[in-house]
Amino acid sequence: MSAVPDRIHLKLSVNGEEAQVSFAPYKTLLEVLREDLDLTGTKHGCELGECGACAVLIDGEPRLSCLTLALECEGRAIQTVEGLAQGTKLHPLQAAFADHGGSQCGYCTPGMLVTAKAFLDANPNPTREQIKEAIAGNLCRCTGYQQIVDAIESAAAEMRSEMRQEAP
Amino acid sequence: MDARDKKRFEVVGKNRRRVDGRAKALGQLRFADDHALPRMLHCKMLRSPHPHAVIESIDTDKAAKHPGVHLVLTGKDFPIPFGIMPVSLDEYALAPERVRYVGDPVAAVVATDEQTAAEAVELIEVKYKRLKTISDPVEALQNPETRIHDYGEQGNIHRNQSYEFGDVAEALAASDHVFEDTFFFEGNTHLAMEQQASLATVEGDGKLLLTTSTQNPHYLHRQLSRVLQMPASHIRVIAAPNGGGFGGKCDPANHEMVVAKAALLLGRPVKICLTREEVFYQHRGRHPVLMKFRTGVTKDGKVTAMHLQTLLDGGGYGSHGPASTFYTGVLTPVTYEIPRFKFEACRTFTNKPPCGPKRGHGTPQPRFGQEVQLDKIAEKLKLDPAELRLGMVTKPDSLTASWLRVGSTGLAECIRQVVARSDWKSRYGKLPHGRGLGLACSAYMCGAGVSIYWNKMPHSAVQLLLDRSGQVTVFCGATELGQGSDDVLATIVAEVLGIDTGLVRCVTGDTGITPIDLGSYSSRVTIMMGNAALQAAGRVRETIAGAAAESLGIPPDRVVFSQGRVFAAEDPGKGMSFVEAIALAEAKSGTLSSVGSYAPPKAPGKYKGAGVGPSPAYSFSACVVETEVDPKTGWITVPKIWIAHDIGRALNPVLARGQVIGGIYMGLGEALMEEQVFRRLPAKLSDALVHRIPSMLEYKSLTALDMPEVDVALIEDPDPNCPFGAKEVGQGPLLPVMPAVANAIFDAVGVRIDEIPITPDKVLRALELKNAGKNPRIGPEQFPSVPYPKPTFVLPPWEGGDGNELKRPDDKPLPKKVAA
Repeated sequence: MSAVPDRIHLKLSVNGEEAQVSFAPYKTLLEVLREDLDLTGTKHGCELGECGACAVLIDGEPRLSCLTLALECEGRAIQTVEGLAQGTKLHPLQAAFADHGGSQCGYCTPGMLVTAKAFLDANPNPTREQIKEAIAGNLCRCTGYQQIVDAIESAAAEMRSEMRQEAP
Repeated sequence: MDARDKKRFEVVGKNRRRVDGRAKALGQLRFADDHALPRMLHCKMLRSPHPHAVIESIDTDKAAKHPGVHLVLTGKDFPIPFGIMPVSLDEYALAPERVRYVGDPVAAVVATDEQTAAEAVELIEVKYKRLKTISDPVEALQNPETRIHDYGEQGNIHRNQSYEFGDVAEALAASDHVFEDTFFFEGNTHLAMEQQASLATVEGDGKLLLTTSTQNPHYLHRQLSRVLQMPASHIRVIAAPNGGGFGGKCDPANHEMVVAKAALLLGRPVKICLTREEVFYQHRGRHPVLMKFRTGVTKDGKVTAMHLQTLLDGGGYGSHGPASTFYTGVLTPVTYEIPRFKFEACRTFTNKPPCGPKRGHGTPQPRFGQEVQLDKIAEKLKLDPAELRLGMVTKPDSLTASWLRVGSTGLAECIRQVVARSDWKSRYGKLPHGRGLGLACSAYMCGAGVSIYWNKMPHSAVQLLLDRSGQVTVFCGATELGQGSDDVLATIVAEVLGIDTGLVRCVTGDTGITPIDLGSYSSRVTIMMGNAALQAAGRVRETIAGAAAESLGIPPDRVVFSQGRVFAAEDPGKGMSFVEAIALAEAKSGTLSSVGSYAPPKAPGKYKGAGVGPSPAYSFSACVVETEVDPKTGWITVPKIWIAHDIGRALNPVLARGQVIGGIYMGLGEALMEEQVFRRLPAKLSDALVHRIPSMLEYKSLTALDMPEVDVALIEDPDPNCPFGAKEVGQGPLLPVMPAVANAIFDAVGVRIDEIPITPDKVLRALELKNAGKNPRIGPEQFPSVPYPKPTFVLPPWEGGDGNELKRPDDKPLPKKVAA
């Protein structure tokens, strides 16, 4: 039986940048992001895969970082809330959350944002019901979800308009 | 009236991005657990597996010797008890000799990392002698021994009280009808998304700094000073922005004391973050309350008198219990005219996690009973439930029988709005079987009139600092929980100074640098912090206006502050930028700073106990819920909710609406599914009372898919006691939801569910009773015999009372004085 190493050393791709990190092999992606890479934007509410607060994008898909071992993520593109804005310009979802009351305490916001981003990337013109279904795995205790749905709807419109402007 | 009053609002009432909105959307805001420090150690606590036991011995040797462990603490390290209320200082950071609920902390380990600390906690050996366990209030009343605490009223009764305002028995006897109903409201918990975390460190100046998830840094500061036996001036508490509070982060908590002590002993930063399971055991949530209402009415549906009895399941410690006990009754007379009112309340200790304040603090439970009973009264008397209520709403600037001053009230308008918007008149009672509408109302306080500890000092204070760079910094001890208190602070300052909220930097919730605000509880922040901010901003504006007036050659009262400029009212071209005006004022008067503070007005009631319930203003809400009930399964669907909330004025309507919808969401969760319930483990295990469902998956709450559309009407009738007229919105809108759901279910399928939560199994059982020709009701069958004390008797204002207690039982109403 081979001994489990105390620490392993990996290259992770986070928000388009390569990060060299060494960590105990049992650590979840959530822990490595928060504790070893100081990316505290990603939150935790249960550490059991129940609340959605820790959602990040792995190869563009929303994943619960509390249920993902960091060592599974080598060679995969990880995106967190810190990677949404371009420079100081907010992503349309971030601007819409801030403007439409999508964030109250802000604790579920990072998980909501990345979940919504993956959803809108695949469904640029969703109905409200589809939006609700997309975020049904992300709990929020403050908003009652209505203003989150408003924000995502508004961001979708903004993103479609940006797409039209960019198209030749 | 000066120029300021005449101008239209530029900031107040506008839909704006909240001042902390950008940081939240970027994930940049640092919550307590997002902080880390060099050389930081980690803490884990050992918690009792028994609901009630004596600690015979604790052996920490193995844990202390575990590699990576720096410190092990036990009860002997914490000889001084604490508690949020001065009358209930009954908790120890770590239990010294007795544990009172499963989850009661008994020891703590500080180690290099969480994993090591968790391993070492398992090595601590505790010998317990198990004691008789009290699982609910009825058991508590039946078993005065073994006492859970050696203080309180008697046996296992923590608080016991009785008040009577006018002769209620006489009024009930003279009533055309007397309705007697019992209700039960199960406990539930806050379930804030953020698990509590705390980081303690000793700063370079040798003083303790605790950064923590707390709603009330000031009260925590006081209790830390007490427990650590250190001057408060050597302790600094920073309330990190809370990832939701809802009352769950109001109590000073064991883990906060533990990491503070550990940091002082080790000289290193020590951090703890509770697991979700620990958060369920930390609790301090909604009390389970059994209630009995005896209400007299005239044949045309006017209430003549009400006798309300409540019995609270307090859990293992006092927490806010003395206040919670009062709140199961004191706000009952605020919504409708109740000429005579008797209120008896009893809180028992039980061996479960302590209950405390949750959004609405003690009031949702009786409001549920009161509003469902009104529905039954309307049904019996064949009156429209909306008309019944409209006929007896309290009047503006009136007193209740219990001597609470109702200031402004928009309740009638709230009822009219939800009636119109839901098309109530053509739909209530007329929808097909299985669909129904229900109406309910409520009122809530805008801050408590009296502080948790008795003192004559301000309840909130604000300091402003301005300089020639144009920077406006506002300091206040209030705490941002997500409710938007920083935005309220910036809004008020910006409005007074005619600038954008983006120019205002808020520094809040830091006992080291911000003036004292009592905390983010009791819906007090907008009113109390807001009034303090209004005063501070008004004072500094006066200084700036003086300097600008001198320069412009006009009287100071002709100076206008608007859109970042300071100019003459009669000639807007004659003026200067806000920054230039500050520079002039700084040259004329020296460094620009001002303070403002606020204390609530004195309450009219003078009897002992009159301090709980008074508030500078009350908010009012009315709610209509639509339900669909599947008669085969009892499954309940809520397609739509209409709410009208009397907010006085919405300072930022986006946030105000968000608070309303969020309150509706939480209320609907309580109505349909949320419950903090316990089960006994089998005797062969331990017989312990454990939480049935300490996980977010099993503690059911509404998801985005379950949440109905909410139609929100904000009723704006500015209240003179409130800043720009703005009343509370954080708690009030939750309260009418639960009874409105119950009433809508009755309209849908004709069954009464007199307890919360209303789950499909209860509806189905009620439908079965209905089909069997029995009383289609699910709810408590009886109210136990509670040894309430003899009531404090006070005459209502309209019976010649003066707000004092009548000393002798045979005291007769005083003859009314005729005005000369």
